[in-house]
Amino acid sequence: MKSRQEKIGVALRYLCLLLAVLVTVGPFLWLLSTSLKSANENIFAYPPNFLPVEPTFANFARIFETQPLLVYLRNSALVAVIAVVCNLTFASLAAYPLARIAFRGRTLLFGSLLATMMIPFQLTLIPVYELAVALGLANSHLGLVIPHACTAFGIFFMRQAFLTIPQAIEEAAMMEGVNRFQIWWHIMLPLVKPSLATLAVFTFIAVWGDFLWPLIIIDQPALFTLPLGVNRLASAFSLDWRLVAAGAIFSVLPILLFFIFTQRFFIEGALKGAVKG
Amino acid sequence: MNGRSKVHPLVPVLFLIPACTLLGLFAVYPALKAVALSFTNFNMINSAAFVGFDNYLALWRDPFFWGALQNTLLYVCVVVPVLVLLPIPLAVLVNRSIPGIAFFRAAIYLPVVTSLVISGLIWKWVYEERGILNFFLIAGGITDQPVAFLTDPGNALFSVMAVTIWSGMGYYMVIYLAGLQSIPRELYEVAEVEGVSKWQQLIYITIPMLRPSIAVVSVMSSIAAMKVFEEVYIMTRGGPLDSTKTLVYYLYESAFDEFQMGYASAVGVVLLAITLGFSLLHLRLTRAAK
Repeated sequence: MKSRQEKIGVALRYLCLLLAVLVTVGPFLWLLSTSLKSANENIFAYPPNFLPVEPTFANFARIFETQPLLVYLRNSALVAVIAVVCNLTFASLAAYPLARIAFRGRTLLFGSLLATMMIPFQLTLIPVYELAVALGLANSHLGLVIPHACTAFGIFFMRQAFLTIPQAIEEAAMMEGVNRFQIWWHIMLPLVKPSLATLAVFTFIAVWGDFLWPLIIIDQPALFTLPLGVNRLASAFSLDWRLVAAGAIFSVLPILLFFIFTQRFFIEGALKGAVKG
Repeated sequence: MNGRSKVHPLVPVLFLIPACTLLGLFAVYPALKAVALSFTNFNMINSAAFVGFDNYLALWRDPFFWGALQNTLLYVCVVVPVLVLLPIPLAVLVNRSIPGIAFFRAAIYLPVVTSLVISGLIWKWVYEERGILNFFLIAGGITDQPVAFLTDPGNALFSVMAVTIWSGMGYYMVIYLAGLQSIPRELYEVAEVEGVSKWQQLIYITIPMLRPSIAVVSVMSSIAAMKVFEEVYIMTRGGPLDSTKTLVYYLYESAFDEFQMGYASAVGVVLLAITLGFSLLHLRLTRAAK
């Protein structure tokens, strides 16, 4: 009796899960279907054709002819990689003494760094823009990296990671006269690799999806990232949803692949992250 | 906690210099500068002149600012309760190791990793007057006329909210999932022995034990909702009839379409004041919980 009740429970659970997935993934599938429909097919048909009648890649060919999509892709990837390297380096450098070395004003400094998380980026938009222009970073890949190059969240997250490493490991190294930078690089960083990976994944996603800042700091299409490029494509082809859909699908694919390979970090990230209440 | 051996005082400084320089240059200084700019008439062309509280007085008399503030607060009032509550059952659903659960977790999380530009475009297409959502609504007998999701000033803001909820749901689900997994299993075992029903377990064990996560999600989603921009930019550009113009969209428009940098900074300061309020409330709540 009990096992039958349990079976119904599991079946119900799957049903609810399927429903949830329909809501979250369904719109992507509809977009994909639209992107594969030929120019002869009415995309506003009633009732709608869920599957393309004559599937075709013509829409993709067309957007590749008119938009430098691979340039956008390269820009996005380049900026994301630079940002990840910067954030991981600077955040884990700063986090190490905050977790491990006693110095005067440590608590105050850590508190101040955390407090910067409360500043909305949108408030600082105008001065950061001015500063970027003054530093010659407008219309450059480095300019795009600015808001992500070192995040207070990254420092907080890496400090948490360092705090979990037993003190004894470091002390043994110090006995042998190894200096702090060598300890940081050779001993501590390898021990927090999973946290570094998690931070890398979160930084990557944040940079990849960034839109407001690129919109302001970049105006040359040769430097557009994918979100800017797709926005441009959507304005250019606003009358033909097949092409807009093809552009959107093209820009979703890389992040989808990235997500498939890194998905476990998202849940680990939440388990280790700022979610201690 | 701390290394016992003597450390040269320069060592921590060297470790901290890059991070402090970057955050100082691109976060602290710009924040102070923005507050200062809000008291000037800076417009990118002429040099800024001090105008006292003129920008704030102008904001006070600006119906577009009040409209944007009202839209934003309504946004928070609708989006936050949904994003606090809806992910809880989702987290309970995926908190079970049954075959395929990794797929379901990932599939529900997918909108989170999708850039908001793409999410906005996807939903603009779904919301189309002769689009798929209207087909389902009509076929299901819920309406007999297609709904003008984005073109009717009465609907547009709510349609945009739905996209924010769709994009954020998976993120908060994972936070709750982490919370659920930290609840000691014994609590449920005891309840089971005592004959407490599943439903009562949810109300008397799960929800109370999730309180810290609920506090975190409330604050994070409130602050995120205060800053909504991309969805509006992609789907409605603040229209129709300014019905989806939010605070950040108004800031963007004032600064980068009209070049009223001083005025836009004053809007930014209002944004700072409200989000800071949420953050301080959060600190209060977590302190109280401890």
